[in-house]
Amino acid sequence: MKNTWIVAKRDLGSFFSSPVFYVVTTVFLILYGFIFSNILSFFSLQSFQSQQFRGMAAGLNLNEMVIEPSFHNTAVILLLIIPLITMRSFAEERRAKTFPLLLSSPVHLREIILGKFLACMTVVGVMILLSAYSTGYLMLVGQPEAGPILTGYLGMLLMSGCYVSMGLFASSLTDNQIIAAVISFGLALFMWIIGWGAQAAGPGLGQVLEYLSLITHLEHFLKGLMDTSDLIYYFSFILFGLFLTYRVLESSRWR
Amino acid sequence: MIEVDQLSKSYGPREAIRNLSFQIKKGEVIGFLGPNGAGKTTTMNILACIMPASSGTARICGLDVFEQSLEIRKLIGYLPETPPLYSDMVISDYLAFAARIRNVPKTHTALAVDRVVEKCSLTEVRNRIVGRLSKGFQQRVGIAQALIHDPDILILDEPTIGLDPIQIIEIRKLIQELAASHTIILSSHILPEITQICKRVIILNDGEIAAVDSLEALTARLRKGDRLFLRVRQADVGTIDKLNALSRVVAVTQQEDEQFVIECEPHANIQDAVAKLALDQGWGIVELTPASVTLEDIFLKLTLEENEVNL
Ligand SMILES: Nc1ncnc2c1ncn2[C@@H]1O[C@H](COP(=O)(O)OP(=O)(O)OP(=O)(O)O)[C@@H](O)[C@H]1O
Ligand SMILES: [Mg+2]
Repeated sequence: MKNTWIVAKRDLGSFFSSPVFYVVTTVFLILYGFIFSNILSFFSLQSFQSQQFRGMAAGLNLNEMVIEPSFHNTAVILLLIIPLITMRSFAEERRAKTFPLLLSSPVHLREIILGKFLACMTVVGVMILLSAYSTGYLMLVGQPEAGPILTGYLGMLLMSGCYVSMGLFASSLTDNQIIAAVISFGLALFMWIIGWGAQAAGPGLGQVLEYLSLITHLEHFLKGLMDTSDLIYYFSFILFGLFLTYRVLESSRWR
Repeated sequence: MIEVDQLSKSYGPREAIRNLSFQIKKGEVIGFLGPNGAGKTTTMNILACIMPASSGTARICGLDVFEQSLEIRKLIGYLPETPPLYSDMVISDYLAFAARIRNVPKTHTALAVDRVVEKCSLTEVRNRIVGRLSKGFQQRVGIAQALIHDPDILILDEPTIGLDPIQIIEIRKLIQELAASHTIILSSHILPEITQICKRVIILNDGEIAAVDSLEALTARLRKGDRLFLRVRQADVGTIDKLNALSRVVAVTQQEDEQFVIECEPHANIQDAVAKLALDQGWGIVELTPASVTLEDIFLKLTLEENEVNL
């Protein structure tokens, strides 16, 4: 575990010293800010109208109408942005021929992979944390339910974990960062929309596709539900991605 | 210390090395020599546990490179063909990272960094960014990272490539210093370097071992006898025959009008006889020297005209 942390720390250092991190975070925060403020002003318009016409303020739920959609949108932006964070993990090590340093050190391959995972997750965590000003603001001015917010953030982190593990897998396939980003973006988007096939497919397969889809499970978290089946889904998704990465890196040594 | 047995490695259908077997004893300095694509880097990668062999075994300190690679990696310092440098890091940070990843305890890290910085003369650049250094300094940082955990065994793939002549001499000196307390394997195309540093060479050619021996033994084996170089002021037609007639002479070849190479049986010591003959005949000796075989000769002979040498 100590080795995992050493690897992670070096990667974090290079994230925070590279412009990529700052550009990506800035773009993320601007997009998020734009979306959030739009959702918020739409909400205040609605609550204003409902007050005028029906003379009642209650019935409009901050959680359902602001927090849930902004989480939803964050998930989409992260889908676009996480590939840019994971793309360099292994591709760059290979391109710059630095991988032999790690491979000739007394470190297990799984510690290297976990270290990279941890580094990417920390970066994503920092980005999500920076965007949490929005919910903080809502807490100040309104009374949203805390439960769905907490499970929402948990769900968001777990889903980011899935994106990251797919991203690491894509990065292990190539020494070209662009290719890695495109592959992981494609994979993530596919896993996002796979549920769309559910209606067309038969009831049996449809259910499977529905279960496989990243978005289905996030919905539950956003509603404030924490189901073991969702947790199991996310954890096995992450582990499977990391396992594939392990296999790819291991077998590339044999070639 | 290092035992390699029937080691082979294929990249897809392409065989990079075939059935290599050799042993290296503790404290030895061994040179891998061979033309481009001979399989030097491949062999070193296998020994450094970067990749497994396709077949055969390699054992280091009794540990198998495949089965017990984590143990072995603690014992080895490896400089790959391209120094593994993170170009965005400051040198001292980079070396500290290399120390930590190679299991140097946190409390000793700063000390270890200071030690290699001094050893590899990196003091004036230690606070600079790796990617902005000149190639020679990068190479030195590469060597420094291989030394950081004070390993027993050093594997250096072309350590002096890209250095200027002064730095080459410095690095050679460094390697010679290290040779006192380490087992070192290094590869090179530069033959004089091998002659200077290594006691023993392994000559690889096209994935196979062309020769493993000490320099002296290789030279002796190739010579199959001694050679004398003779230059005189004036030679005549009969000179060759007269030289040939001397006892223990095997062959005489005339290179130019007044230059001859006399091959004789080993340890024949016929200088006196040749000199006497030349004086008697009044040829006028300009030069009479033993013609030594250089590593270049061996290298060329073993790799290019392999079949001529009966191994
Ligand atoms: N990753 C690889 N994929 C396919 N073939 C490879 C790979 N690496 C090396 N080879 C082949 O294996 C053979 C041995 O290569 P190797 O790099 O070990 O040679 P070398 O002796 O180090 O050469 P050089 O002096 O140029 O460094 C070469 O024919 C090379 O083409
Ligand atoms: Mg090489």
